[in-house]
Amino acid sequence: MATSTTAPDADRREPRAGSPARGPVRRPRGPRRSLLPYLLLAPAVVLELAIHVIPMVVGVWMSLLELTQFHIRDWSTAPFIGLENYRATLDLNSAAGKELLHSFWVTLAYSLLSVGFAWLLGISAAVVLQKPFRGRAILRALFLTPYALPVYAAVITWSFLLQRDTGLVNHVLVDQLGLLNDRPFWLIGDNSFWSLLVVSVWRNWPFAFLCLMAGLQNVPGELYEAAAIDGAGFWRRLRSVTLPMLRPVNLVLLLVLFLWTFNDFNTPFVLFGGSAPEQADLISIHIYRSSFKTWDFGSGSAMSVALLLFLLVVSAAYLLITNRRRDDHA
Amino acid sequence: MSRRHLGIFTAAVLAAASLTACGGSGDDSASAPKTLTYWASNQGPSLEADKTILQPELDKFEKQTGIKVSVEVVPWSDLLNRLLAAAASGKGPDVVNIGNTWSASLQATGALVEFDDAALQAVGGKDRIVPAALAAAGAPGKPPAAVPLYSMAYSLYYNKKSFADAGITAPPTTWEQLAEYGKKLSTGGKWGLAIEGANPSENAHHAFTFSQQYGGEWFDSAGKPTFDTPQNVSAIKRYIDFMAADKITNPSNAEYAQNQSVSDFANGKAAMLLWQSAGSNLKTQNMPADAYGVAPVPFLASPPAGGKKVNSMVAGINMAVFKHTKNKDGALSFVKFMTSDEEQTILNKTYGSLPAVKTAASDPAFSATEQKTIQETLVTTAAPLPQVPEESTFETLVGTAMKELFADAASGKPVTEESVKAKLTDAQQKMR
Repeated sequence: MATSTTAPDADRREPRAGSPARGPVRRPRGPRRSLLPYLLLAPAVVLELAIHVIPMVVGVWMSLLELTQFHIRDWSTAPFIGLENYRATLDLNSAAGKELLHSFWVTLAYSLLSVGFAWLLGISAAVVLQKPFRGRAILRALFLTPYALPVYAAVITWSFLLQRDTGLVNHVLVDQLGLLNDRPFWLIGDNSFWSLLVVSVWRNWPFAFLCLMAGLQNVPGELYEAAAIDGAGFWRRLRSVTLPMLRPVNLVLLLVLFLWTFNDFNTPFVLFGGSAPEQADLISIHIYRSSFKTWDFGSGSAMSVALLLFLLVVSAAYLLITNRRRDDHA
Repeated sequence: MSRRHLGIFTAAVLAAASLTACGGSGDDSASAPKTLTYWASNQGPSLEADKTILQPELDKFEKQTGIKVSVEVVPWSDLLNRLLAAAASGKGPDVVNIGNTWSASLQATGALVEFDDAALQAVGGKDRIVPAALAAAGAPGKPPAAVPLYSMAYSLYYNKKSFADAGITAPPTTWEQLAEYGKKLSTGGKWGLAIEGANPSENAHHAFTFSQQYGGEWFDSAGKPTFDTPQNVSAIKRYIDFMAADKITNPSNAEYAQNQSVSDFANGKAAMLLWQSAGSNLKTQNMPADAYGVAPVPFLASPPAGGKKVNSMVAGINMAVFKHTKNKDGALSFVKFMTSDEEQTILNKTYGSLPAVKTAASDPAFSATEQKTIQETLVTTAAPLPQVPEESTFETLVGTAMKELFADAASGKPVTEESVKAKLTDAQQKMR
């Protein structure tokens, strides 16, 4: 199965010159394993436990407690209520459940659009800057600026730009260009979603650009030459050489971008100041509001755990599908 | 599952896991017995200004007692979260300023030192303290969780020149008048009333006052929320209608959460403002004291049955001591120092608030119009916000519902009894 199917572009690939049998070369290993590898791993494992695993387990435990302000000082006094927090927050007939679902859809749309645009911009810029030309280094550095800026400083600048009366965006659109008669709101109402999306794409695309640019460095020039000799135009080369060669990079890039965007807290928090308008009520902000602002950490944790499960399923499905396809292609 | 699968899968789990890992962490202050950490609230024009104002007083305290106080001024947007984190972790400051409306909520965490008779005696005695202010320092029937530090109340600030230009001779005493005057004043790019529409706390404070005037309550006697009663719906609608129906408030105010409404008033973009002790803030924005007048907050012209004559909450800042402090005596002596006549006079004079102790009230600094108005309101027509543990949740939920209603009003969506009621019902459902 693995070798029977042939990708349409496979015949155009370079034969793997002198590549040995597949799989890494294994060193002969003695009967007694050395302790050293484990010692070297230990710091990473300890940190991993302390930073990720233990807080996650605590989070799951919190979701089973009625952890309100009465018990926050001493968790052992918080009543164990089993799945009650889940029932309350995921009950789609209640106000809280409806809001969570709404927030979920908003976040999903936001993530897909943000990742899509960020990737599109990233790949465009990476392809354009692939060949050396005068000023390429400057452009590269310039493109990376949003990624290098501290989140808080960058996003708060956006929030100033987007203010209705004093913001630069309306100043340009309304006062200077005269495109609109009325000053629109960018940070409340329906527009707030698009404002958030623009800021998010602006912040994320340089990362896509960086990864894809690095990926492109590994594409051998001969492939393009061969493609050019075969008469392939720009689009054909992009489709048949660039994108297939970038596939491993894209696999990880898209997943990581999706997870980051889905969990993005800083952008909406700084842009809207703690309580986002409902049109842009991302799930991370929603959870923050449900736990910190209303002092109900149990239900906040329940939402987080539910979200964790969702992201796990999405990530696992994504990896399974993409890996199966790769195995098919191999 | 291959090793690669496993690797990527693990990475995915860990990336996703960072979501659940949201826990508060307090500042770890390795407080030596001779050092106290003090979180001050932002009372002056900026965090830096507050530090400059407080430092000489703290130095004085160090000279008197040998205890060094290291102060951090915490912005309002962070203060409650930080206090909550400190309460949860048992680490952090020894002495803190809290908004007095949070007293009962923070009291319920059990993290604050109770000011029973002995503790009150240690900070100078209960009798010195203004009773209304002490009533806003914890749940009724329990020892207070804090000691009042600065007292404030809402007043109506109005721009004298704008009023004169519009031919208005006296400040409004009823909301109907305020709307009528506001319409006269809303011309030529200027507006009648400035509102901090995106600030949940500000909104909730007005929700309280308006509800009282309409005969409503936010919690019943058993402490259960009663958010969506007809009285509360009318109260909230009255307030939102300044923007939605009367159109005397610039729709932009629906975005305001960083005291832009005070700036608009100081710059003459809005002619009226409802605020607590705005004087010192206006001064730093170059609005001279003779440019504006200060009057009591208006009432309804014909209050419905059950309507109360309340036009402000008992606003103020309290000082609390965390139980986890390693130097409780030192902390209490610091509270005593800050509530002493001398410090009360110095600090309240600077901040434009009123002393929380009776003995300092006679200072001539507190007889200016603004302070007189605040004083009169506090004595006659102010009421404390409900001192129930859920108070801070009420501020967040109802304040946010109002923020959304302002957003609706600003973007031209109708604000009706039904839409207000729906928001309040939603908010109530989120209480548990």
